[in-house]
Amino acid sequence: MSTPVQQTLPDVRPRPTLAVFKFASCDGCQLSLLDCEDELLSIAGLIDIRYFLEASSHFEPGPYDVALVEGSITTPHDAERIREIRRQSGYLVTIGACATAGGIQSLKNWADHQDFLRTVYARPEYISTLATSTPIADHVPVDFELRGCPINRHQLVDVITALVAGRQPRTPSHSVCLDCKRRGTVCVEVAQGIPCLGPVTQAGCGAICPAYDRGCYGCFGPAAQPNCDSLADQFLKTGTGSRQLVPLLRNFNAAAPAFRDAGNRVAADSMQGNEA
Amino acid sequence: MSESRTIKVEALTRVEGEGGLHVTLDGDVIRDVKLSIYEPPRFFEAFLQGRPLTDVPDITARICGICPVAYQMSSVHALEQALGIRITPEIRRMRRLLYCGEWIESHALHMHLLHAPDFFGVHSGIELASRFPDEVSRGLRLKKHGNELLEALGGRAIHPINVAVGGFYRAPRREELQRLIPDFEWGLDAAITATRWVATLDFPDFTRDYEMVALSHPDEYPMNEGQIASTAGLQIDVADFEREIEEQHVAHSTALQAFRTHTTDDGNTGDATCYHVGPLARIALNFDRLSESARRTADEVGFDASVRNPFQAIIARGLEVIHAYEEALDILRDYRPFRPARIEYTDQAGEGCAATEAPRGLIYHRYAVADDGTVTAATIVPPTSQNQRQIEEDLRDWLPRILDNDEDRIADDCERLIRSYDPCISCSTHFLKLTIDRRPQ
Repeated sequence: MSTPVQQTLPDVRPRPTLAVFKFASCDGCQLSLLDCEDELLSIAGLIDIRYFLEASSHFEPGPYDVALVEGSITTPHDAERIREIRRQSGYLVTIGACATAGGIQSLKNWADHQDFLRTVYARPEYISTLATSTPIADHVPVDFELRGCPINRHQLVDVITALVAGRQPRTPSHSVCLDCKRRGTVCVEVAQGIPCLGPVTQAGCGAICPAYDRGCYGCFGPAAQPNCDSLADQFLKTGTGSRQLVPLLRNFNAAAPAFRDAGNRVAADSMQGNEA
Repeated sequence: MSESRTIKVEALTRVEGEGGLHVTLDGDVIRDVKLSIYEPPRFFEAFLQGRPLTDVPDITARICGICPVAYQMSSVHALEQALGIRITPEIRRMRRLLYCGEWIESHALHMHLLHAPDFFGVHSGIELASRFPDEVSRGLRLKKHGNELLEALGGRAIHPINVAVGGFYRAPRREELQRLIPDFEWGLDAAITATRWVATLDFPDFTRDYEMVALSHPDEYPMNEGQIASTAGLQIDVADFEREIEEQHVAHSTALQAFRTHTTDDGNTGDATCYHVGPLARIALNFDRLSESARRTADEVGFDASVRNPFQAIIARGLEVIHAYEEALDILRDYRPFRPARIEYTDQAGEGCAATEAPRGLIYHRYAVADDGTVTAATIVPPTSQNQRQIEEDLRDWLPRILDNDEDRIADDCERLIRSYDPCISCSTHFLKLTIDRRPQ
């Protein structure tokens, strides 16, 4: 997300080979492939799944035409591993908020890493980790990114079928607000005063949170040209304090630049007592 | 003199998580078995500190994409105890319905795509589908029902958005749940057929003497409530969990390992021992509270509370899928939208803990909150860190039976045993490197 993705045209053969790799993450995004219950067996006919440890005990060495990469980089070993995977992969797609923005674990970017280690582990010396959680694109070039915490499985099927057909995959980059209008959901911010990141968050989830009477919390990361500062100022003026707003901006896409910068600004202003 | 040899397998597959297995042998004598887990640590307990308590169910869901409901349920119950919130019977029922969805989804996945391939010598559920198209398609359809229920009630299947401290953000509309009923009626029959099918698999003759630990409730099959019980006679309130169970940090694992401490009333602890959590343990301690169809199917396939063969956990999962369908149908048929969807509360300082039953077994959460609703401490004990030492002990018993085979076969057989636990080492990567060092005698 911090480095623009390549958006190169795929150059894959018929029945391309596919590999699924995992870094620091919850497994949910690669599970989305197995959650395509209706499509799974047909997808398996269109592509040659060569490496997918969650699904198969048979795997073959690279190179692979297409790699799906889940998770963020949090250890020195993983920083090396992603470079090797890039060398082995023709077209690399990052799947999910961890791989595209660093995930919820990027909250440690704001904290004292040693403190974190001591909080969780009795023997921190056994653990080898980096002080930060960073997206894949900070380490290697990425060809396409699929947002979401978790990703939308229909978008995943679209990407795979586009690649099989030799098309450039596309996902919409408009905000969640537009999808609420399409769904006929009454705006929770306007009607109920619930702080909602919908105006600055990329669509893809189906605008589910406002449909369940709660505000969007930004699973799909910043939409195209988000005006986070303006939205944050509006919330501060209408009674949402920084104690609520900063954690809202700092969650599953905390390290995505637009959310990161807005969260940092609100936090800094609040420290200086400038809160509106 | 035995030849010295080392066996390496690069990956444990069809599990959720990253780990390794290291076996040290002197000749055929097993010196050491280490199930090492080196998934990158993500520090959830650290960054929960300082967060508003309302964020906790959303954040803890992200520990595991396969069982997010288990994390959400455990955290909301613990926080409600800290805040003194009493939920209504309607909210309680809807939480059981949500858990039914996760059990169906997770168990159907493990039975058909992850575990069943082991019994037919194939590498994946996809490969299995070419030999057993009807069985695998039926399994996928069961899994889909679980996900559809999670979507209707939770908003989405992975990381549901409708779970709140105090209840739900919105009660589902009647038609949102009623339209699931025809599929669930089909699914109850299909789950019975699927359980009959897995009961015919060829199981290794391997019976262990486990201490089984699970929630136990006098009136219902345990999901969100009950005491913690064991087959060795343990019967404690959840609040005493940390007195009886201790987590230790060992060098070969980024997951902490849990042990039974055998604390006496005067506070002394005995020798730490391992224990078994999961569907076999739940059935061992709650067999007569399974639904009628589940009990009838168990009788028919010869399964009861005495089963201690880890490979037969696949049958226990089938019985729990039947139970989950039957209970879900009862709730769906009677459903009327309820108010309030969520109990109002005021922030106050406090501490609370809760245990629930994740698909893979008992899960324990404890939180402390400040008077402004900020989390000040969090402790989470997932099922797999409790089973980790038990799996190592099982392997010590299992290895002598398979050491005459070649290295590849030994490795495969170790993986099969580990896989029968449906380990959610998850929340991270998937490597189990098996290395066997054979020292010359």
